[in-house]
Amino acid sequence: MRKKIFTVICTAILAMSALAGCGSGETSTASNQTAAEAAATSASSDTQAGTEASEQADTEAAKELSGSISMVGSTSMEKFANALSEVFMEKYPDVTLQAEFVGSGAGIEAVANGSADIGNSSRNLKDEEKAKGVVENIVAIDGIAVVVDPTNTVEDLTKEQLADIYAGNVTNWSEVGGTNSPIVVVGREAGSGTRGAFEEILKLEEQCKYSNELDSTGAVMAKVASTPGAIGYVSLDVLDDTVKALKLEGVEPTAETIKAGDYFLSRPFVMATKGEIAEQSPLIQELFNFIYSDEGTQIVEAVGLIPTK
Amino acid sequence: MNESFSIFSHYGSKSGVERAAEVIFTASGFFAVLAVASITLYMIISGTPALFQVGILDILFGTVWQPEAASASYGILYVILTSIVGTFLAILIGVPIGVLTAVFLAEVAPPKLAGVVRPAVELLAGIPSVIYGLLGILILNPFMYRMERIIFAGSTTHQFTGGANLISAVLVLAMMILPTVINISESALRAVPAYLKSASLALGATHIQTIFHVIIPAAKSGIVTAVVLGTGRAIGEAMAISLVSGSAVNLPLPFNSVRFLTTAIVSEMSYASGLHRKVLFTIGLVLFVFIMVINVTLTRVLKKQNDSDKGEPAGRKGSGERKAGESMRGSQPERSVQV
Repeated sequence: MRKKIFTVICTAILAMSALAGCGSGETSTASNQTAAEAAATSASSDTQAGTEASEQADTEAAKELSGSISMVGSTSMEKFANALSEVFMEKYPDVTLQAEFVGSGAGIEAVANGSADIGNSSRNLKDEEKAKGVVENIVAIDGIAVVVDPTNTVEDLTKEQLADIYAGNVTNWSEVGGTNSPIVVVGREAGSGTRGAFEEILKLEEQCKYSNELDSTGAVMAKVASTPGAIGYVSLDVLDDTVKALKLEGVEPTAETIKAGDYFLSRPFVMATKGEIAEQSPLIQELFNFIYSDEGTQIVEAVGLIPTK
Repeated sequence: MNESFSIFSHYGSKSGVERAAEVIFTASGFFAVLAVASITLYMIISGTPALFQVGILDILFGTVWQPEAASASYGILYVILTSIVGTFLAILIGVPIGVLTAVFLAEVAPPKLAGVVRPAVELLAGIPSVIYGLLGILILNPFMYRMERIIFAGSTTHQFTGGANLISAVLVLAMMILPTVINISESALRAVPAYLKSASLALGATHIQTIFHVIIPAAKSGIVTAVVLGTGRAIGEAMAISLVSGSAVNLPLPFNSVRFLTTAIVSEMSYASGLHRKVLFTIGLVLFVFIMVINVTLTRVLKKQNDSDKGEPAGRKGSGERKAGESMRGSQPERSVQV
């Protein structure tokens, strides 16, 4: 009898754990529904004036704004989106800002069919996406720096040289104006946002011949710093003295050159909306006001991105 | 006072305690079984869909790993080969060193010296694997890069890896399995009954002859166990080798950057989605199967040993002697030839 009971319990737990395991693969979409219903009604006309955003108006709005916003999209924007929602929800305690990270394309699709308020995209919108009424709101710019070890004599690469190195056509630094030393091609693992952006900009999707596929920015920095002849790519914000950042087409990777559009290894972070910002709910308008305010700019800089202003 | 110790009084509460204890023990026992069963089930449930979605042959025997490409390709043949070759080489290097260290500790070393070496070996077992990886990055990789530049100087076909290659990973693995091999082999060697050694010495064999022709053969099954457990440790290691192996999917040649089954999962899990993620679970399943095969082998080895013990009534003097006595029979011919 006891044996039977145990078998039953055992089976039940087993079944539960199996089900739970299966469920974990799906993205959780549970959001605060009651808050969402309140969103439309409670947003006051005060927030409309928030475009000019005086400090006073902000605090007033903070009391009255409530509801929830859903963001869906790019995994590369995860750091930024999480920082944004954390600060925004702290400022407006009744607001829920939900972020899901499923990829740029899926994010834009979600905003186009109305299942999300904002679609995060780490690339410019395509024409067919714009044709669906999705509007591209660039909130920040992400720059990728190409780094080599500090003793490397090469200062500058052209876009073609860089592409040749990563495609495996050029394997020695002497071919691009350096010393006679082999090139150790370091990159990120498949699925990484930085790798995706890098390969996309260079039109090298899945053609790169890496000798090292490392799974973090820090690992790339460490490998490049310690390996003579190594070349790697990292986000602009992590650059330090242990590595040397190369000029590309003669342009240094700095916030200024990227904003001016001179440095080609950069990409926009877009928070796409269906229709212009002015057509959105007051809550979403307030979110964009917040992003473009000084506070928002600080968040953008804090996560290593370049503000658009 | 005395009453509480009586075996007759408080029968009810005592039997309650007995029952409760029994239930608790049984539940604890089931917990491990439950864990294994649910992990097995989960690995099969999450690992098999991709096998059929992509095609078993395409996954297991495909050589192109491009999970994010427009026309994605999920071949993990090189990854499987790397795990097999890497583990095999690590065993090839680690086992002789480990067994000889065990012989040293059990037979040769003066007690004082053994008292220094043994804690060192135990400490080696306790070092977190990521530390091995860091040492590999700091010491092995630069050294390998120097060798690489000498060996492949002027080569246009070789892709330079900066020292992150199969050899580095194998050396790190070999070092990591040492404690396992040493500890288990040493206990096996110590379990060899003293009369075997005495007999060998009395027949005129030297100490070294006795070690290689009597003691090691007698401890054979224990050493095999050590090797199998070492294999399990090597094939399941992820952290250390993910730091030193370079993690690019390549044929497992000595100076190639390689990716193991474990590192394939670790390195791409964080961003993978959809089918890519499912395939990573499939890699987990493959790894799981490998580990299971190793464990079954181990159980077989131990069972074979036990079975033959039963057939030997004389071997009831103690588990150590029985074990050693059994293995002794297998090695009888060699011994008789030698001594």
